[in-house]
Amino acid sequence: MEYYLKTPVPEAEIRKLKVGDVVYVTGTVITARDEAHSKALDLYEKGEKLPVDFKGAGVFHCGPIMRKADKGWEVVAAGPTTSTRMEIFEDKFIEAFRPALIIGKGGMGDRTMKACQRFGCVYTAFTGGAALLGAKGIKKVKSVYWLEELGMPECLWVYETQDFGPLIVSIDTYGGNLTADVAKTVNANRDRLLAEMK
Amino acid sequence: MLSKIVEDTAVELLRISATELPVEYVREMNKLMKNTKGATGRAQLKSILDDVSIARENKWPMCQDTGVVAFMIKLGDKFPIRSQLNELLIKATRRATEEIPIRPNAVDMLKGNTNDNTGAYVPIIYWELVPGNELEIIAMPKGGGSTNVANNRMLKPGLGMKGVKQFVIEAVAAAGSQGCPPYFVGVGIGGSEDLCMVLAKKALLKPFKVRNSDSKIAAIEEELLGKVNELGIGAMGLGEGPTVLDLHIEMAARHPASLPVGIVISCWALRHAKATIGPRGGVKIDKSA
Repeated sequence: MEYYLKTPVPEAEIRKLKVGDVVYVTGTVITARDEAHSKALDLYEKGEKLPVDFKGAGVFHCGPIMRKADKGWEVVAAGPTTSTRMEIFEDKFIEAFRPALIIGKGGMGDRTMKACQRFGCVYTAFTGGAALLGAKGIKKVKSVYWLEELGMPECLWVYETQDFGPLIVSIDTYGGNLTADVAKTVNANRDRLLAEMK
Repeated sequence: MLSKIVEDTAVELLRISATELPVEYVREMNKLMKNTKGATGRAQLKSILDDVSIARENKWPMCQDTGVVAFMIKLGDKFPIRSQLNELLIKATRRATEEIPIRPNAVDMLKGNTNDNTGAYVPIIYWELVPGNELEIIAMPKGGGSTNVANNRMLKPGLGMKGVKQFVIEAVAAAGSQGCPPYFVGVGIGGSEDLCMVLAKKALLKPFKVRNSDSKIAAIEEELLGKVNELGIGAMGLGEGPTVLDLHIEMAARHPASLPVGIVISCWALRHAKATIGPRGGVKIDKSA
């Protein structure tokens, strides 16, 4: 199935999605990698307010190339980074900030899967390396936070997107995890190939 | 001036490698997309091909991870510029960072990002002194995702070639979805713990789909290329489409008691470009795979 979602995406719409569905997102998508996750959760634990609202929005595992033009910031290239690095805190992040979708590449693990199930979030895969296709779906750079402190790849870029995608749902709210399933198949194939090797 | 030509050429090679994926890879992925059963796998390959074509048209980097910069140099012993080359390549890297632009990817562990893609030992430069009066420069920037799934193992020599082949299967399976497949795989066998890794990295740049000149190694390349594609990782690790586009082996002699094996993996964006510069400044650029 193919879905065109608008942020803030209501939880009921997220819960309709199943592994393998294709999604395009229009609205707010915010970049956050290792350091932004860590800083956001630190602030949350201290009870401080974040400069952005992730609720119902897309969180993009991405360290983009940006360029400062006369009219403000422009996106040069914005593709996904490897998501497993964020596995250590994504569940807490989902619980604290309630984003509708996580966008990344390479898949995520059990902790994220359980948080998606519990709090109504999906993990979606954007084609790794397809940074210009990513940039094409970004219509405007609305704002940027923590740029000086964290630098261009790690800070929070707030994007306004139009049909950003295609994104493949690879963790849904029913406990489905596409990359984990593929990894199981790959490991079984590996064991067979190793045993057959001459 | 020759030094200016060398510097400009190095900048241009970084631009070409970041923005133009060799057409041979593009054609192969296009062909494989048509053969891919399953809409998810086809969609991944289509996104890659769309991205690559936007990059070529606009001269923009195809991926935001423009990698750590590396140059492979073949320096003719009669080429007029020699010891100054190191400095020229560093300058070129700084310029390319601004001019293309490419993402600053050189991080000093103590001081943070250097913001210009240079730092201690970076750009990485591999030197080879050859007879002649020409200079060959290959630019090969490599991204972090696929760099992180490289592998190195010191095998028991008794495991022989079977052990090497098993390790290749294990290493590609372990890379899984993490390094942006479909992959290119370079395998370095023998030498030493470090040389096998360098050979593996250089093996990535051997001509696309051209098998090893030694027929026995060529047969192992064929066999392994078939087997790693049976793993079923698929484009972007989503289980559909190709897992590995090509695989090359480079072999060195080894210590009787050691069997070092290095495996270096590249994402689908195996970025590189080559130039040959003559002693009077004539430049030939080679963008082929």
